[in-house]
Amino acid sequence: MKKKVLAAIMAVVLVVGLTACGGGGKSESKETSSNDTKKESGELIKVGIINNDPNESGYRTANDKDMKEMFTKENGYDASFAYSLKNDEQITAAQKFIQDGVDYLLLSAADTAGWDSVLQDAQDAGIRVILFDRTIDADESLYEASIVSDMAQEGQTAVDWLKEQGLSEYNIIHLQGVMGSAAQQGRTGALDKAVSSDGWKLVTQQTAEWNAEKAQQIVQSVIDSGESFNVIYAENDDMAKGAVAALDKANIAHGVGKDVIIMGFDCNKWALEELLAQNWNYDGQCNPFQASYIDEIIKTIEDGGTVAEKVVIMEEKGFDATTITQEDVDTYGI
Amino acid sequence: MQNNVKNKSKISEVLGRLAGQQIFIPIAALLLLAIFNLIMDPSFYTVTLGHNNAGDPVLSGYLITILDYGSELAILAIGMTLVTAATGGQDISVGAAIAISGSVILRVLCGTDSRPDTLQAPIIVAFLISCVVAMLFGAFNGALVAYFKIQPMVATLILFTAGRSIAAWINNNELPIVSDKTFTYFGGFIPGIPIPTPFFIAAACMIVTALVLKFTNLRLYTQAVGINESSSRLNGLNPQFIKFLTFVILGLCVAVAGLIKVSRLSSINYSVIAKDIEMDAILAVALGGNALSGGKFNMTASILGAYVIQFLTTTLYKFNVQSDALSAYKAVVVILLVVLSAPIVREKCSALWKKIKGTHAKEVA
Repeated sequence: MKKKVLAAIMAVVLVVGLTACGGGGKSESKETSSNDTKKESGELIKVGIINNDPNESGYRTANDKDMKEMFTKENGYDASFAYSLKNDEQITAAQKFIQDGVDYLLLSAADTAGWDSVLQDAQDAGIRVILFDRTIDADESLYEASIVSDMAQEGQTAVDWLKEQGLSEYNIIHLQGVMGSAAQQGRTGALDKAVSSDGWKLVTQQTAEWNAEKAQQIVQSVIDSGESFNVIYAENDDMAKGAVAALDKANIAHGVGKDVIIMGFDCNKWALEELLAQNWNYDGQCNPFQASYIDEIIKTIEDGGTVAEKVVIMEEKGFDATTITQEDVDTYGI
Repeated sequence: MQNNVKNKSKISEVLGRLAGQQIFIPIAALLLLAIFNLIMDPSFYTVTLGHNNAGDPVLSGYLITILDYGSELAILAIGMTLVTAATGGQDISVGAAIAISGSVILRVLCGTDSRPDTLQAPIIVAFLISCVVAMLFGAFNGALVAYFKIQPMVATLILFTAGRSIAAWINNNELPIVSDKTFTYFGGFIPGIPIPTPFFIAAACMIVTALVLKFTNLRLYTQAVGINESSSRLNGLNPQFIKFLTFVILGLCVAVAGLIKVSRLSSINYSVIAKDIEMDAILAVALGGNALSGGKFNMTASILGAYVIQFLTTTLYKFNVQSDALSAYKAVVVILLVVLSAPIVREKCSALWKKIKGTHAKEVA
């Protein structure tokens, strides 16, 4: 009996809550339109930014910092932030931002699916959506632009660089990221193609799940087996670091002009410093600095222009230990 | 002829007695893995003396790798065994707690600068502070379990979820890197000694544990609380305090394991450091034949279990098994163990054993 009463109360509360939310949303959207008129007289642009947890990786930390530096009051923005690694929590945050009547919704989605209805709501409320860093499975008309990295291109740049080294033979230890992630697929794809077309040999191809400790164990295992190798292709800096720790233990020389070529990705500052010290050979950039691109797009829309391209692919570099400078480390290190 | 038969029955008797012992399970698993490797590739057992990049002598080979990387797990297994025995539950937050204690060590060593040229504090001070912090978090878990009577798995779920964020917060989300060479000794080699330091650290922990278990009543009290809480209270023990204590001891183990982990790379990555290690630690306890529902425990068997897990991991790496499939193999081991240690299977087995013995005896007659 008690339970039934409780359930009934819960149901009532839920329904009331829902209607309250719905009503709120409508009135807020009206407010947004009134905001639009105010904006011309120098009002701040309201942006809601939904991002992944900044603790996730060095990349995310740099990305979040970049966003926070760009969307400030001084630059004419009134920004609120929401963080989650979970898609449903992100969607809840998006709904809240829609209710708050933001002008722009900036989104780095945790998962590609499940965004259609909430983005439709945003569109109905006159909110413009800009995706950054990650794409989603939704109709293109639901967002203004998406600013992304081309992971396959990152891999290709790295593999092209490796080809240019002109080694007499390629025996590669390939340390992959978490299987199925966009970065892993892009960076693995390019190497796999080169392996089959150029007759390179993969001594081992294993996922170390972005984890330095696992990478260290995998490389240790290859060293223990006595197989020879001369390239370590790690799909991020952490795994390259783990691999190098194993090499150091076994007295295998690595770096520029040494026995083993070390390749990493993401351009962490400490990794670029390793390049500068010539302990590593190559580091591929994964550009976390999307804020300036977003700023440009918002400015274009505010000025009444249209966005030329829906998908903006950011420029990304690859650094060679022989040519890198201290300036590069300071500019591109994250 | 008869003599021969007598010998045989003696051997089977010894085997039978051994099979009844708890430590039989990890030893059997270890032997199985060892024989498998011997058949597949005897070079698994070669150990060579070489030099590392600093020019110091180091031993290398699969066996050394197992001793090296199994250390953290062995240390954690010590604490986890005590927690399991006293509370009949497990702590699933040790991975997150390692992230916290590792973060504390780096924070103290590096100060506010994430990449200092010199250490801001002696390593021993950093380690002691991390011990205190890890024990405090252990105490938090212990208090929830012992005094608030929350299920251990639920209580430690809190830290499991929040721990890595706390670790990141301690260092302001930065990733400090220690450049001092002496800091790498704990996860690598001390110059001049060719055996990896983590093994010595693990051995020291084992000796201390053995001494504590021998000269204090910790073993008796923990087991008493685990077997029957109310009767141990009636006998003048304080079950709540014993439970609380085991979590604090596990905290200390976490701090030691955390030191080794961060020393291996002189850095930390909050989201992946010691990832899933709690599952391995629990598995080590289970592999040691300890009842996960608490009560009696065998510390040696747990520690051996930890090395068996590392042996399995190293073997799988050697045969180039995809590392994301490793957990599937471990799952198979768990299933086998759980089934084998189920009372109903044990009964059937001993009945079968008696039957074989019986027919044997008849034949002799």
